Amino acid sequence: MIIKELTCIGCPMGCQLTIEFDEIQKKLLHVSGNQCPKGNRYAHKELTNPTRIVTSSIKIEGGEIGVVSVKTQKDIPKSQIFPIMDAIHQTTVIAPVYIGSVLIHDVAGTHVDIIATKTVLTRKKESTDTTL
Amino acid sequence: MEYDVVIIGGGVVGCAIARSLSKYTLDTILLEKEEDLCSGTSKANSGIVHSGYDPKPGTLMAQLNIEGNALIHTLSKELDFDFKENGSLIICREKEHLDQLKTLYNRGIANGVKGLEILQKEQVMQLEPNLNNDVVGALLCKTGGIVDPFGMTYAFAENAFANGVKFQCNTPVISVEKLKNGYLISCQNGKKFQTKYVVNAAGLYSDVIHNEVSQHQLHITPRRGNYMLFDKAIGNMVSHTIFQLPTQKGKGVLVTPTIHNNMMIGPTSVHMQDREDTSTTAEDLALIKELAQKSVTAIPFQSVITSFSGLRAAEDGKDFVIGEVEDSKGFFDAAGIKSPGLSCSPAIAEHLAKALVAKAHAQKKPHFIKTRQGQVRTKDLDPTAYNALIKKNPLYGKIVCRCEQISEGEIIDAIQRPLGATSLDGIKRRCRAGSGRCQAGFCTARTMEILSEQTGIPLEQITKNAEGSELLKGEIK
Amino acid sequence: MKYDKDLIIIGAGPAGLAAALSSKENGCTNILIIERSQYMGGILNQCIHNGFGLHTFHQELTGPEYAARYEKSIQDQHIPISLNTMVLSIAAHSVTYVNQTEGLVTLTCHAIILAMGCRERPRGALNIPGYRPSGIYPAGTAQQLMNIEGKSVGKRIVILGSGDIGLIMARRLTLEGSKVLAVAEIMPYSGGLKRNIVQCLDDFHIPLYLSHTITQIEGKKRVEGVTLQKVGTDRKPIEGTTMHFDCDTLLLSVGLIPENELSIQAHVALSPITHGPLVDDTLQTSVAGIFACGNVLHVHDLVDFVSEEAALAGKMASDYVKNGEKQRNNIPLHCKNGVRYSVPQSIDPLEMEQEITIRFRVTDVFHNRSVALYANKTLLKKIKKKILAPGEMETITIKKTQDIAWNEVQALTIQTEETV
Repeated sequence: MIIKELTCIGCPMGCQLTIEFDEIQKKLLHVSGNQCPKGNRYAHKELTNPTRIVTSSIKIEGGEIGVVSVKTQKDIPKSQIFPIMDAIHQTTVIAPVYIGSVLIHDVAGTHVDIIATKTVLTRKKESTDTTL
Repeated sequence: MEYDVVIIGGGVVGCAIARSLSKYTLDTILLEKEEDLCSGTSKANSGIVHSGYDPKPGTLMAQLNIEGNALIHTLSKELDFDFKENGSLIICREKEHLDQLKTLYNRGIANGVKGLEILQKEQVMQLEPNLNNDVVGALLCKTGGIVDPFGMTYAFAENAFANGVKFQCNTPVISVEKLKNGYLISCQNGKKFQTKYVVNAAGLYSDVIHNEVSQHQLHITPRRGNYMLFDKAIGNMVSHTIFQLPTQKGKGVLVTPTIHNNMMIGPTSVHMQDREDTSTTAEDLALIKELAQKSVTAIPFQSVITSFSGLRAAEDGKDFVIGEVEDSKGFFDAAGIKSPGLSCSPAIAEHLAKALVAKAHAQKKPHFIKTRQGQVRTKDLDPTAYNALIKKNPLYGKIVCRCEQISEGEIIDAIQRPLGATSLDGIKRRCRAGSGRCQAGFCTARTMEILSEQTGIPLEQITKNAEGSELLKGEIK
Repeated sequence: MKYDKDLIIIGAGPAGLAAALSSKENGCTNILIIERSQYMGGILNQCIHNGFGLHTFHQELTGPEYAARYEKSIQDQHIPISLNTMVLSIAAHSVTYVNQTEGLVTLTCHAIILAMGCRERPRGALNIPGYRPSGIYPAGTAQQLMNIEGKSVGKRIVILGSGDIGLIMARRLTLEGSKVLAVAEIMPYSGGLKRNIVQCLDDFHIPLYLSHTITQIEGKKRVEGVTLQKVGTDRKPIEGTTMHFDCDTLLLSVGLIPENELSIQAHVALSPITHGPLVDDTLQTSVAGIFACGNVLHVHDLVDFVSEEAALAGKMASDYVKNGEKQRNNIPLHCKNGVRYSVPQSIDPLEMEQEITIRFRVTDVFHNRSVALYANKTLLKKIKKKILAPGEMETITIKKTQDIAWNEVQALTIQTEETV
C-alpha cells in the first residue's frame, strides 16, 4: 500500500488530501482531508489516470505572427505530455491556419488531435490598416 | 592605414575632440571599444552642467568648467541636443554651515561664474516648496543646467562625421607603439592604424593607454556612483538641481529633474578596483535613499522606475590630465576626466584641438558644417506639423513605445542615421524608446523586430548592448 | 450638444469588447473602439493556456479562443474599431489619437469607457541590485516573445513572483525545453490560483520558495546567476539564508499596475489601493461620462469577471448617453477587517440596479470566515466562506431594497468576521 499527499484542484479550497492506494490492484483505498466529494473524484482520477490539457504553439511559415497557438482537443494522459511536445516541436504549418482546424491528427498515438486555438492569416506587407 | 589623428575613446570627450578637430584638414579616425559610442561613463552620469563654483580658482578645471558651461549653452542650439538652464541650488541645513555657502559663492565669483546669489530660507522655500523645512539658506547658481549626455555625445559625433571624421566601434585598442614618426595603434580585432598624432580619450582606461607611451605613469581609480530614476509623474517635484553641502560624512547626493522630465537622485562615490563593475548595490541604493531624503523627505520611493550605476575615471593627481605628453611628442591626453567632465567636454576639446592643430600646422577647412539637426521628435511637434509628417511618412503615426510616445519612424531614424544604433540600448539612448515607466516591457518585441528588419540582423542576434547580451536563445523547440 | 461619437471605448481587450457589445445591446449606436495593437483581444492573444470561459461559456477555453468569440460578435454587430491606433490624450468629452492613415485626430464624445488594461512592474521598480544584463524579463514580455514571435527567451530560468503569470510561464518554459530552476515568492503564500501551483509547478517538480526574494543579479551582458534569500515578516532579507542559482534568465511576475496615465489627464480620481479609478455602482468614475472596467479598474484573476464587469459598464454608459447625468447620492463603501479594497468604492442604494455585484480582495489568507456588508450598523448581508485568499477575487451581491432608511446611512462597510 502506498500513501500519497495531493492538493485537490476542484475548487479554490485546495484541500490537502492524504490518499491510501493499492498499487498492485490500482485501487484507491481511502481518501482523507477533502471537505467535499470532489476531492474523492479528483483523487481517484489523479491516481488511476491523471490527465491534462496541453496548450502550446506550432511554428507557422508565412504567417502574420511566428507561431499559432494550439491545444489538445481533449485531455490526455499526463505521461504523454512530453511525447506530445516532441510531436509539436517537429511540426511546422503554413499560413493561413484557422481556429479549430486539426494540425496534428492522433498526436503521439493518444487518439487526440492537436487543434489551432487562433486564426493566423498570411503575412501581408507592412500593416497600416486601421480598419478590420 | 595612415592617419593624421587617431582618437581613442568614443565618449563625450572623444567625440567633442573629434568635432573640434574636424574643423581642420586633418585625416581623423575615432576608435571605440564598445559596440556603440557613448557606452562608458558618458551614458551613466548625473547629466549636470555645472556652473563652475566648485573647482579651485586658477586651475585648468575651473577655466574649462566656465568655458564648457558657456559652450554647451550655444552648442545645444547649433547641434540640436537637449539642454536646460534649470539652475542649481546648494542647500544648507545648519546655521553653522552658512559660511560654507559664502565660501562657495566667493569661489564662484573668483572663477567668473555669473548669476550667483545667496538666498534666505523663505526665498528658497518659495522656489522649491517640496524641500524639507529645515533649510536655512542656499546658494543659487542660475547658469547651472541639465543636459542629455547621450544626445550631446551623438551630436558631437554626428557633426564630426558630417565633417569627415571616421568612426569605428567594436575596435578595442590593445597597444600603442611609438614609431620614429608617429604611432602604431594595434586593435583586438587585428586592425592596425598608423598615425602622426594620438588623442587619448579612453576614459576608465586612459591611464593604460597613456602608460603605453610614457614613463610618467598615470593611475585611474574607478569611482562608482549609483543613481535612482523616478517616474515622470513626479518629475517636477523639484525644478532646480538640488545639491547638498559636503559634510564630514561625505559629499551628499543630488535631487534633480532630468532633461527628460524624470526625477533622479544620487550618486554615491565608492572607490573600486574593477574598471568594469557598473553594478548597483543594496548599500549604495540605501545610502542615496537616506541622503536624498535629507533634502526632500517626501520622495515617493514607490515611483522609482530604475536604478543604474556609472564609473568615474579619477586620476591619482586629482585633476584632469590634458595636453601633449612630455616624453611622447604627438601624443595628447584627455585623461582622468571625472566630474565636471561632462560640463567641460566641449572646452577640453577646444583646448586640446588648439594644441594639436598648432603642432600639426593644420589648416582650417573652408567649408566646415557648423550645425547639425537631430532626429525628429513627434512628441514635440504641434498637431499641424505632426500631421504633415505622418502624411509624408505614415510610420511616424505608429506609436511603438507607449510610455515615451515614440513612433516606429523615430526608432527607424535612430537606426538609420549616420553612426546609428545597432542595439536596443543604442536605440534607447538616441530616441528614448524603452526608457519609460514600463522599462521596455511593452515595446521590446516590436523594437527588436524593427531593428532586425532594418539591419538584417536575425532576431536571435539582437543585443541589448555588446555582443553577449543577446535577448533570445533561439527559437522555441 | 452634438458629439462626433456617442461612446468611445479605449482598448479592445476582453473588457473593451464586452463593453462595446453591451453598449450596443442597450441602444448605443455611434460607438468607436480604439486599439493600439494590430488585433482585437488584448492580452488574451498571448494567453494561450486554458482556464478561460468556465463562467461565461460553461466551457474551458484558451485565451485566444475566448477572444475569438467576442471578436466574432463585434464583427457581426458591425461595431467600428480603429486598430493600430494609439490614444495620446483624453479629456471629459474628447479623445485624441494617432495612427498612420488618419494622422492626429481629436474626436468629441458623450461618454468614454476606459478599458486600457495594465502593465507589469519592471525590475527597476524593485531596485534589485546588480548589473543590468539582458535576460531579465517581465513575465508578460517573455510570454509575448514566446507565444507570438515563437522565440525562446532562455534555457535556465528563475522566476520571481508566484502570481499566475509567473506560474503559467513556468509551465510554458518547461514544455518548450527550458529548465525552470525555482520560483521565489516574497509573501508566505502564493499569489496565484491553487490549480496553477499544481499544474504548473508540482507537475514538473519546480520548487516554490515562499518568503523568499531575489537580492542579487549577476552577469554583466547576460544574466549569469541570481541569489535568493529568505525574508522575515518585515519582508527584509535574513542574513545567512542565501541560495545561489546559475541561470541565464530571470522572469519577473511581481505585480500588475493598472495603466491610468490617460485617466489622470482627464482628472479621474484614482484609488491609492487599486491604482485604478474610484467608481460608483454604475462604474462611472469621478468624471461624469467616463466609465471604467477590466484591469484598468482593478487587476482581475478571471477574464469571465472582466466580461461581466465590462458588460455592466457598457450598459451604464449607454444609459448615460440616452438619459444624461443622473442625480446621485453615492454612499462610500468602507473596507475593514481583512478586506483590502472593493469595486465599486461607493454605491447609491436608491438609484442602483436591482442587483449589484461588489468585487473585493482580502488582505490575507482566511479559513472559515464570513464576509458581511453593513449599512451603518445594520447588517445587509453575510456570506460564509471556507477559504479567502488575496490571490482570488471575491464577490458579494446585494439586492436593491427599500427596507432601510437610506437617507440616514453615512457609510456602508464591508468586512470579514467570525462565522457564528
